[in-house]
Amino acid sequence: MSQINEKEPFTKEVLKGMLKDMILIRSFEETVEKLFQEGKIHGTMHLCVGQEATAVGACLPLSDNDKITSTHRGHGHSIAKGTGIRRMMAELLGKETGYCKGKGGSMHIADLEVGNLGANGIVAAGLPLATGAALTSQMKEEGYVVVSFFGDGATNEGAFHESLNLASVWKLPVVFFCENNLYGMSGSIKEMVNIENIAERGAAYGIPGVTIDGNNVKEVAETTQQAVNRAREGKGPTLIEAQTYRWKGHSRSDAKKYRTRDEEKEWRKNKDPITRMKLELLEGNVLSEEDIAEIENEVTKEIEEAVKFAEESKEPDLDSLMTDIFA
Amino acid sequence: MREITYLEAIRESMSQIMRDDKNVFIMGEDIGVYGGAFGLTNGMVEEFGPFRVRNTPISEAAVSGAAVGAAMTGMRPILEFQFSDFVMIAMDNIVNQAAKNRYMFGGKAKVPVVFRLPGGSGAGFAAQHSQSLEAWMTHVPGLKIVQPSSAYDAKGLMKAAINDDNPVLFYEHKLLYSTKGEVPEEAYEINIGEAAIKRSGEDLTIVATGIMVSRSIEAAEKLADENIDVEIVDPRTLVPLDEATIIESVKKTNRVLVVYESVQRSGYGAEIASMIAESEAFDYLDAQVGRLGGKATPIPYNPKLEKAAVPQVEDIIRKVKELIGK
Repeated sequence: MSQINEKEPFTKEVLKGMLKDMILIRSFEETVEKLFQEGKIHGTMHLCVGQEATAVGACLPLSDNDKITSTHRGHGHSIAKGTGIRRMMAELLGKETGYCKGKGGSMHIADLEVGNLGANGIVAAGLPLATGAALTSQMKEEGYVVVSFFGDGATNEGAFHESLNLASVWKLPVVFFCENNLYGMSGSIKEMVNIENIAERGAAYGIPGVTIDGNNVKEVAETTQQAVNRAREGKGPTLIEAQTYRWKGHSRSDAKKYRTRDEEKEWRKNKDPITRMKLELLEGNVLSEEDIAEIENEVTKEIEEAVKFAEESKEPDLDSLMTDIFA
Repeated sequence: MREITYLEAIRESMSQIMRDDKNVFIMGEDIGVYGGAFGLTNGMVEEFGPFRVRNTPISEAAVSGAAVGAAMTGMRPILEFQFSDFVMIAMDNIVNQAAKNRYMFGGKAKVPVVFRLPGGSGAGFAAQHSQSLEAWMTHVPGLKIVQPSSAYDAKGLMKAAINDDNPVLFYEHKLLYSTKGEVPEEAYEINIGEAAIKRSGEDLTIVATGIMVSRSIEAAEKLADENIDVEIVDPRTLVPLDEATIIESVKKTNRVLVVYESVQRSGYGAEIASMIAESEAFDYLDAQVGRLGGKATPIPYNPKLEKAAVPQVEDIIRKVKELIGK
């Protein structure tokens, strides 16, 4: 992904790229789920199906120099930031060719070369790391911005509050990007906070807080662009709350007793970020049905290649167990 | 050679490196004009400015993570904790992030950060400001643990810690801050993982860490009057541990006592003792491996109680005699 032209942000090529990335993320997640069911992936995983617009929209304004920190639900962020799906898939299969040589798995995919500072298995842990990476940018005058993704559940961690305050008082180039998908593991955010919108918490730290439709990819991109500009100009952080929904359970063990099937149906049928974007592009005559079919075919091919690459890759040698502990 | 204090040695080491390396900076609570809780950073903000001597909010969870994030992206931060006890608020960033990033990411990240941790009892600060919990950290793969016992070691080990590409926990002792020793003016480095023989002797080896090194030296001087000749090995760094120097010493003296301030149960001395017992030195032992650590109690406030909670010179003397059979 490269930084978009602000005068004409949504050219056909950009829009096509955004749609493709969203379809790629969904297809990746659905494939991963299938591989899990087939017993080819072990452990656990947290899928972001339904949340594709937040990852793609938020990463659109970022260049390769800009950085992100991600979460346990991080596959979409990685893909949107330019982390390749072949080595991601290999990592999920625990292979030596994976981004982490098979040592990290789903919750620790990192690709420092494209500014992906890593998924994280600890809720809210990415915020302080992002704050520190932004401090490097400020101290070394590197000009990059860091976008820190986290979920609604993370906003009740001390690290969230301390990081917003620290980044605010030091005017660090960081964007705090909350994907509010309405639930922690099972806890409804309504039962966990006594405020209407999480974005209100920005006021406590003297930074802008904005609530947006996280399933509208253009709105996500535009809002993030403004926050990125503000950060680059040395004006400090912004808190963005993008409201979205995860279609799947929290992880593999989730029976989804805490929410209704009707609610799920509503989000799937009427608020699917991919369907919405497709319709918008078709109605605006930006893309044709054929164009979309072509994108979908490309994605299918790329995913097949990634799975093949991962399956054919070798397992790590046992003697790699004790390497990479110290630099 | 000139003498300076342990505290001055640490400050001098950090300052010398900061003059040479723009990527090194220090963060902490009240480390600016106040000079930090113990005055260790006195004068540093005047020399380096508030951009590189950064006063932080009282936010250990964010600041420790910011140190890790800055280290991952090309800086070499030093983070001063006012008291090592406050590290509990930063544990996630140290244990789950700093220690594991490199491994989890398949060897890609470097995390060159130094966490400075003033620890230990004896200053009357009671249970929440006097602990010696370094053993917790030694249990975590991916962290290096340094515990200097003299001004000379503090200066050289600080340089090594800052130059190390891994997270280093640097345990300072509050009672040692004012102790003086000969320290060269020029910068020098002591290898992390290299023990020092602080006193040479024939009858028994004391392996002592932190403040217990000087107490053991004092005990050894008194024992010398009774013709008991004690050798003192200071590991200086707990991870990595210089096992060879300890083993060689035990093979020479045939007796060993491990002395440490932290609670004896599960303290790092337990690791040293079992390392010795499992090593080739076992066959040379004429007595059981002795251990002397702190009592299993929170550190109390009353000075008499506080002293009784951790090994003192007399305790060391008694224990040595026990092992020697005198």
